[in-house]
Order: sequence, then C-alpha cells, then structure tokens
Amino acid sequence: MNDGLVLSMKNINMTFPGVKALLDVDFSLQKGEIHALMGENGAGKSTLIKVLTGVHAMDSGSIRIEGIEHDVINHSPEEAQKHGISTVYQEVNLCPNISVAENIFIGRHPLTWFRAVNWKKMNSMAVKVLSAVGLENIDVTKNLGEYSVAIQQMVAISRAVDFNCKVLILDEPTSSLDENEVKKLFEVMKQLKEKGVGIVFVTHFLEQVYQVCDAITVLRNGELVGRFNIAELPRVQLVAKMLGHDFDDLASIRVPDYEKAAAESDSPAILRAVGLSHTGTIQPFDIDIKKGEVIGLTGLLGSGRSELARAIYCADHPDKGELFFKGSALKAHEPIDSMKAGMAFLPEDRKEESIIGDLSIRENLIIALQAKTGVFKLLPMAKQNELAEKFIQALRIKAPSHETLISQLSGGNQQKVILGRWLITNPEFLILDEPTRGIDVGTKTEIQKLILKLAGEGMTIMFISSEIDEMLRTVNRLCVLREGLKVGELKNENLDRPKVMAAIAGGDLL
Amino acid sequence: MNSLRKPFSFKGILHQQLFLPIFALFLMLIVNVIITPSFFNVSILNGVLYGHPIDIINRASELIILAVGMTLVVAASRGTDISVGAVMAVSAALCVRLLGSNYDSYATPMVWAIVACLFAGLVCGSFNGFLVAKLKIQPMVATLILFTAGRGIAQLISAREINGIMVPGQILYVRMESFKEFGGFLPNVVVPTPVFIAIGFVLLSWLVLNKTALSMYVKTVGINPKAGRLVGLNSTLIIFFTYAFCGVASGVAGLISASRIYSSDANNIGLYMELDAILAVALGGNSLGGGKFSIAGSVIGAITIQALTTGLYAMGVSGDKLPVFKAVVVILIVAIQSNEFKRWRAAYSLHRKAGKEAAK
Repeated sequence: MNDGLVLSMKNINMTFPGVKALLDVDFSLQKGEIHALMGENGAGKSTLIKVLTGVHAMDSGSIRIEGIEHDVINHSPEEAQKHGISTVYQEVNLCPNISVAENIFIGRHPLTWFRAVNWKKMNSMAVKVLSAVGLENIDVTKNLGEYSVAIQQMVAISRAVDFNCKVLILDEPTSSLDENEVKKLFEVMKQLKEKGVGIVFVTHFLEQVYQVCDAITVLRNGELVGRFNIAELPRVQLVAKMLGHDFDDLASIRVPDYEKAAAESDSPAILRAVGLSHTGTIQPFDIDIKKGEVIGLTGLLGSGRSELARAIYCADHPDKGELFFKGSALKAHEPIDSMKAGMAFLPEDRKEESIIGDLSIRENLIIALQAKTGVFKLLPMAKQNELAEKFIQALRIKAPSHETLISQLSGGNQQKVILGRWLITNPEFLILDEPTRGIDVGTKTEIQKLILKLAGEGMTIMFISSEIDEMLRTVNRLCVLREGLKVGELKNENLDRPKVMAAIAGGDLL
Repeated sequence: MNSLRKPFSFKGILHQQLFLPIFALFLMLIVNVIITPSFFNVSILNGVLYGHPIDIINRASELIILAVGMTLVVAASRGTDISVGAVMAVSAALCVRLLGSNYDSYATPMVWAIVACLFAGLVCGSFNGFLVAKLKIQPMVATLILFTAGRGIAQLISAREINGIMVPGQILYVRMESFKEFGGFLPNVVVPTPVFIAIGFVLLSWLVLNKTALSMYVKTVGINPKAGRLVGLNSTLIIFFTYAFCGVASGVAGLISASRIYSSDANNIGLYMELDAILAVALGGNSLGGGKFSIAGSVIGAITIQALTTGLYAMGVSGDKLPVFKAVVVILIVAIQSNEFKRWRAAYSLHRKAGKEAAK
C-alpha cells in the first residue's frame, strides 16, 4: 500500500438472492480523510460497509488495509476490529444498563492479579479514553442509559477509537442528534482526522457533508458513480449523481391535458392541512389538495416526505394542527378513522408495514376492506374470491392462484397486491409512498399508468418517489421538502429534472 | 378452514401443519396398543362406556378447552397465558362456594353459579388482556400476576368457619348429586359429559372465529402488527379479546374440574395445566411466535398429551414418575417438529449425497 491510502476496496461484487447488491464497486480512503459515502436507499452503502466489516461475505473483490501485506477478508465484525476497522451504527448498540466504563471496556476489562475486574483502573482508563474525544465531566460509573443519546453516541465512538482503529465507519451517526451535539461530533471527527484516522461518514444530510467531508463517493443501484473531491462537486450535482438518470421506456407516458383542468380550475379542495406536525419527524406544514389532482412529494431521504404523508393518514398521530377532509374537520386517532373517511395509504416499507407474509394473496387483498366493514360482517367467501380474481387480473398479478402466500411472490407482484388492497376499498384520496421502489421497470410503468388512469377517473393521489422522472411524468404539483420542513411547491409546467434537483438540494441554487 | 371444500388446498394444509400432529398422535396410540394390547377395548360398565379411549377423550376435555383459548392468545399476542390453571381454581372455588354444601338444595341456583363461574374467568382474562394489550406488558410477566395471586384468591374464596373464625384455604364440598353431571355422566347417556362440553366449546369457538372476520384479524395482528394497524385493525382490542376469551375457557375448564371432584380444591385444581395447554398448542404445529394458527391442531395436541398420560398409567407407571416419561416423549415430538431438525435432516441427506458423488 502506498500513497497514504489506509483502505482500498477493489471490484467488490456481492449478490443477494435474486439481486445484484454491489457490482464492481471500488472504494478508497486516505489517511486522515473524512470521506462521505452517499446514495439513496438501496444504492448499496450499507451493503458495502457490511462487506467491509464482515457482516456479509462478498462474492469477489479485494480489500487491502494499511500495514497488512495481503488481501484481507473479514469474516466477522470482531475480525474487522482486529484489522483496525471500527464501526459506530445509527442506533447505539451498547448496553444502557451497565456503566459507561464497562461499556467501553466490555470484553477486555483490566484485571487484578487474581483475575477479578480492576474497577479502579478501568474507571480511570475510561476517563482518559473519553477525554480523548472531548468528553469531560462524565461520571463513568453511572449507567450509560442515564446519558443523552448524543453522549451515548460519543461513548460508542470513543470505544471504537480506543481499538486503535485506522478506519472509523460512522453510519448515520447524526440522525438522532441535535445541532449542538452534531457540532461536538464534528469536532471529535476533526481531531481524529488530525491523528490520521480515516473516517467513512454515511449520512443523508447534504449540509453536513459539505461542512466536514474531504471527499465523496457516490453509489447508485449497487454501482459506483464516482469518487469526487468535495470542491469539485457542487451540491446540485451531488443530488443529480445520487438520483441518477435511469434509462427506461417510460418516456411515452406524459401528463395528459387533464392536469390544467384539475389543477387550475375551481374544482373543490378535497384535503386541507393547517399547521399539521408530528414532533421529531415533520415540522408544521400547510397543504391544499384539489379533487382529482396528483400531488407529488419530493426531497431526499429523511427530508420528511414520508412523514408528511404519514401525518395526514394518521399513521403517525399528528400532535398539532388541523386537517380538513372533504370540507369538514377530520379528527382521526387511528388509521381506521382516516380509512373510513375515504383515505388509503400504501406505506414505504413494503416488508415491514404492508405485507402480511403468512396469509394468502386473497386475504392480503381483502384485509383492508374487511377491516373497514367490521369484524361481524365477514365478506362471503364467494365475494372474496371474486374480488381477488378481479384484482389479480386487473393488476396482472403473476401468481399460480389467489391462495398462494404473498411471501412467495416477487417484490413487484407483492406491491401490486398491496395496491389492489387499497383500490378494493375504493378510496377518494390515495397516498402512495414509494410504490415503485425495488420493482422492475415493467411494473413501474404499469403503476405509473395506473396512477394517471385513476386520477383521470377523479381519484386524488399523493405520490412519493425518489425518482424524479417518474414524478414529472405523473404529478400536477410537487411539494418540496428539506430536513423535515415543507419548503415550497412547484407547478408541473415546464418543470424539468435540474429545476427539481436544485429545489431539493436547496442552499446555493444554480 | 374454508379450504375444506377444496381438496387441493386441504391437502396443502395437511402437509404443512396438521400432518405431523396427527402422525404423532397415531404413533402414540400404536405404541400404546403394542405395549398394552387391550388398550382399545371399550365396554359398557354400570350403564356407561368404559375403557382407555373413553378415558383419554374424557380426561382431555379440560385441556382441549384451555388449548383453544391458549391458541388464540399465542396467535395474536405472540406470548402465552400462564395463569389459566390458577384462573380455573378461582372459577371453581367461586362456583362451589355459591352452590354451598347442603344435601337438599343449592344455596344459589345452579344457573347463577355457572354464570358466576364463567364470569370469574372472564374477569381474570380481561385483567390479563388489559395488562398485555393496553399496558403492553410482556404476556409472561402480565399473566404471572394471576399465576401466583390466583390460587391465593381461590383460597380466600374457599374460606370456611372453623371454631368461630373464617379459615381460608379449605376444601369446600358440594352435596347435591346433580352437580356431578358436568364432570360425570348425564342420566341415561353413555358418553361422559365433559366430552360434549369440549365439543360444544370447540364448535362454538370455530363458529365465532370463522363466521366473523376474527380469525383473519387475529392472524394479521399476530403476523404483522404494524401492517395490521395501517389497514385499520385495532390490535389492542383484538389482543384483549383473545385474553378475555382464554379466561372464559379457563372458567369452563374450572367448572368441569370442580364437578369431577365434587368439590373445590384451591391448591390442586388446574395445577400445571398451563404448561400442558401451551404444550398442546405447540404439539398442534402452531408457532409460539404468533401468527397463523390451527384450532384443530391444538385439539389434536391436547388429545396427544392425554393419550400419553393415560398410556403411561396403563403401563403401570406411577403418578410420581409420570412427568419424567412424559418429558422424554414430549422432547422427542417437539424436536421432530422443529425447523432446526428439518434443516439438519436436509443438510444430512445433502451431505450424504455429496459424499456418494465424491466416492465415485
């Protein structure tokens, strides 16, 4: 190894069953460099890190670490740590119910001559370790859980650093920190940088990247987009690189002319929110949506685009503000109230929040309607089968029978089932949060066409997607969100990708 | 359950869930008949059916009823209700206390005593349900409260005046012959009454679950509570219901037990029944991690456990050694049904195949 490189990964390939997760990805880290690893969800950031730290095994590729004269393959995080790679994860994974000092030295307690833990020595060592990352006035004998998340995060970092690491990986460390805490973290990062530690920084906050990083590596769909010095990559271009330009056959879809009629005429407002907010996820926002309109929400991950939709549907109970639906105030306490009013919500995380894995396609399709009609009015089996068949055909779901378990379908077909689940309830206002994520291009086209068709029939749709082209093709209006705040609205007239990206990126515009 | 009409999916279910439980039960009966050749002999003695098979279904009744309740609790809340045995004791004590010990008439009409008995079960179950569903306490911890306190309550109910002071924890007796009928035989009927009660309870539960959307709701909440909430289900209410239902099941089982021994014994009614009930659910091929469930499986599981017990008695194993033999058999059955075992088996056959190919 030369050129002051502390880590170099070459031609890393990694496959999950059915998916190419990493394709010939290169990554290199200089000594004393803070290097941002950027990309949208599913771009392969976490996979790359997990390959490096030995959580996943790579299919092929080579990893070299400074000071080791041969290729390194880590089989476990412990082994990675031995090779000088420490990781701090988004969620603090220390034990809140034991003392700070114990957390730092767990598994390697200093011992006395008769093999008991040398508490005095351990505590004094802990104080030293913590002061190295700028944490003073901490009682190391107190339980870790008594300190704030920020301090816990720092303790995790000090523990990682104490392993004499050459490479420190920080996986979204700032998502649970407030502004001051972030500042403190950055100071620590800069100190470590002085000492020659290479830091890999994964974050969704562009602002922070430009504050602290020296270089950026961008991944997209498991492939390397490029490695850039911070100075040569302005913010807007970074967003462009992250979101990319997917080649697909969707260019034929265009927003038809109904848009003007819907967006500009005096068709009645179907939904109006005033100062709606949910603490910690979305700051107060106002929104007006007209009947038959397709409204898009855009912004980077973590910008609050999903959270806005969740607050409207009451998936997260809004703690402030008012919501008017179809002309009257809607006070929902649970999603069922919103459903009964005529809303439907397709959540972002298909696996966690949508599919009911051990149930059949039929049951997954009718469950929302069944919940709406109530427990005592079981839909007759004939009716269930009829509905299931109808939507399997209408949405062209590929499955051997409607009794097939949904967990046995491909992602795209699962998503169609979930979409069918909500269409069966015949909603007036449909929220689609990333309906096209992780599914093939053909299905994407179908879903987009379906959105346009439904809107043409008078359904109001809120559409969230991280693919800008897809939004431009379907929506009348785009709401732009940035760091939990709705910052503006754009009409879809002569709107193109650069303009949207500029709006998403914020800061200094083009 | 509706798939019974379709032979194709019925076969699928048989292969997936019910095959092993039925297989285990058959195996158990076959072993019994080999060791005790007269195992299946049934005769009529004193005007009622008599024999090991009758004994099994008779004695399994309470367990079947408890297992049905437990199945729902496990499916919806991904946890177990360990208080069912103690709740049986509470219900039984209340029932017997209300009936009183008199040779001429009941202190309280029989109907009211039974209603009170079931109501006691419902109250206990609702208490558990409140702790688990509303306060989100872990099921094991929440039901531990009644598991320990329940027998105490039952003893307080079973107080009797001795030398002028009320002494709790006495065995109360009923003196009216007609109370025996629940745990014994109805006049001129050759089949024991508990069997009818168990069949009735299972049928009723099946109807409640499958003629309403409840079965689907319970499965959904057990499989993916987050998704359940977003499609508009009230998981709190559903989980609460399963515990309340399980409480009523315990009440019914308590009634049968009290009638069997013609008295209420706060210390022994339903003792260790919670463990058998949980085991019955597991033997029925139901995952203790919640989600999909099969009432039929649990019923088969309950009968299997009783067949094991009766079989061991028939072989002359004494009551104090019984748990050891029982444990060995249970370990075998559970191990065979476990996914790990299936994986090992698959890996082993793969390994052997590879070995053979390498040998060539």
